[in-house]
Amino acid sequence: MPNSPFLPWNPQQVQDEIDALKHEPGALLPILHAIQDRCGHVPREAVPIIAEALQLTRAEVHGVISFYHHFRTTPPGRHVVQICRAEACQARGSRALENHARETLGIDYHQTTADREITLEPVYCLGNCACGPSLRVDDRILARVTPEKFNRLVDELTTQVLEVS
Amino acid sequence: MPVRIYVPRETTALALGADEVAERIEAEAVARGAEVELVRNGSRGLFWLEPLVEVETDAGRVAYGPVEPGDVAGLFDAGLLEGSAMSTLCRGPTESIPYLQAQQRLTFARIGITDPLSLDDYRAHDGFRGLEQALALSPQAIVDEVKTSGLRGRGGAAFPTGIKWQTVLDAPADQKYIVCNADEGDSGTFADRLVMECDPYLLIEGMAIAGLAVGATQGYVYLRSEYPLAHEIFNEAIARAEAAGYLGADIRGSGRRFDLEVRLGAGAYICGEETSLLESLEGKRGMVRFKPPLPALEGLFGKPTVVNNVLSLAAVPFILSRGATAYADYGMGRSRGTLALQLAGNVKRGGLVELAFGTTLRQLMEDFGGGTASGRPLRAVQVGGPLCAYLPESQWDLPLDYETFAEVGAGVGHGGVVMFDDTVDMGEQARFAMEFCAVESCGKCTPCRIGAVRGVEVIDRIRAGDNREANLALLGDLCETMVDGSLCAMGGMTPFPVQSVMKHFPDDLQRDATQR
Repeated sequence: MPNSPFLPWNPQQVQDEIDALKHEPGALLPILHAIQDRCGHVPREAVPIIAEALQLTRAEVHGVISFYHHFRTTPPGRHVVQICRAEACQARGSRALENHARETLGIDYHQTTADREITLEPVYCLGNCACGPSLRVDDRILARVTPEKFNRLVDELTTQVLEVS
Repeated sequence: MPVRIYVPRETTALALGADEVAERIEAEAVARGAEVELVRNGSRGLFWLEPLVEVETDAGRVAYGPVEPGDVAGLFDAGLLEGSAMSTLCRGPTESIPYLQAQQRLTFARIGITDPLSLDDYRAHDGFRGLEQALALSPQAIVDEVKTSGLRGRGGAAFPTGIKWQTVLDAPADQKYIVCNADEGDSGTFADRLVMECDPYLLIEGMAIAGLAVGATQGYVYLRSEYPLAHEIFNEAIARAEAAGYLGADIRGSGRRFDLEVRLGAGAYICGEETSLLESLEGKRGMVRFKPPLPALEGLFGKPTVVNNVLSLAAVPFILSRGATAYADYGMGRSRGTLALQLAGNVKRGGLVELAFGTTLRQLMEDFGGGTASGRPLRAVQVGGPLCAYLPESQWDLPLDYETFAEVGAGVGHGGVVMFDDTVDMGEQARFAMEFCAVESCGKCTPCRIGAVRGVEVIDRIRAGDNREANLALLGDLCETMVDGSLCAMGGMTPFPVQSVMKHFPDDLQRDATQR
């Protein structure tokens, strides 16, 4: 996957993250966050490793991963774009923005563009409710996102910087 | 002497380009050979003016906003460094901006004024005085102060904070916890985020006082993962507070311990419900617990636990430093103190408005908000988040207070005020309430798990004109079942916005698709 900002995962990385956190009370969520921050997702193959370390069943670990919207078990595209679907943004036209985004990218929520540049996700509130519609791209939040502003963002995200050596 | 210029580092200001504005100011100063000291302060919460640039002058701070990166050179030309009023972006002395001047900022007294991470700034603006007071008091005396203040849970349930603390204080245990609910999931709310990004030591101080009051030595802040900047700033604040002895094994040489840690949520709205939050902190699925036992007696890891919202804990330092009666002097009836209102949605002047209880919605939306951003007539307002009612104009003159709102089936919740203009389709909003519940239900109880899914289907049939009368009756029944039969507020309150649409905006629900 040439476009991913994440390195291909390996069991040792997962083990490292687990070892650093497993003695904390209620360690499972911090461990899942650490793995996803490092690998971009929580690989299915990591489930038995986590279960073993925390003395849980695989079903319990899988149950936690699948409960929370934030965790994903497949690699995302190079950028994750989340569009706020909540009421304050609805009042400022987020429904039209959602439709525009899906049409422009040619994908629905929880999907990734064919070039693996952008994964589209819904989000219920980014706390930017006085200046909607709001959108989060990776760790950056954008305000008053019009369809035109969205197009500019997509252009910016998908423009490859070529290094000339 | 360099000229001190403030540019906020806060989510909304950044979303509107504050970083670019700061870069331009530095570049422009260099190009003009001007000496400038750039401070990244918090936001004043006047989001309609963000990015709000302030310049320190002999006569106080002068505000300019909203400043776009392209405005910076022009601002310098118009005498920015002297605080000149020549630019049309000049708002005059910051403290005299009517939106700010008309507020009663007790909890948010410092936001936007200080560098959020500067301990010196915090102390210079009365910081840690509440903690110092608390260190000199017995646990019971601290709890008594909070009781006398009349403070009630600002997360939405409005349970008296002092009573909760008393229960935990009286519970014998080898370990107790303070858990701060920073899972601010309600649309239209951002006050918790503002505390954590713009005045993080305030929350740290409030939690340390809570720890001293009930005998808890460990605190957790459960923060939603949608707030990356709050996470970064608050973690840095904890590290600095620890290094300065305000947290840790020996708070300010008192021999008393309080440790604090942030835990990130993972995108589940239900984890704002306190028992679900505790499950999540324990590393489990965020499934709601049955009550009793109360978390105050058997909470985190089965130990007595105070679970308070950010704003409840952030109100405590004022109560301790200025006295319970100083806080209780604000407000009306049984709603004492101030409420952090958050103007959001289709609003011309959105932002944080901290006022004593008792203001009317109309004053808030018109005097502060200035009406809608679109300029169209205001039609509906949702106060208190996605589980609260939509209010029609006939209810905009009610005073904002817990009891008055409860009487009409509305809620104050966490203080979010989401405004809609006359283009809103209230049938769509009713449908969304059910849809949101279907997405976010923890699934433990049937009325919520199944009811929300059926609710979407029934509303779709009503909107499609399919057997409308019978389906409206069915929707009414379904709402009652969810209200009466759900385990927590998620399923129990999701019907409130739906019922408010059925009652106050019935035509929208029954309008034919061709007329929408």
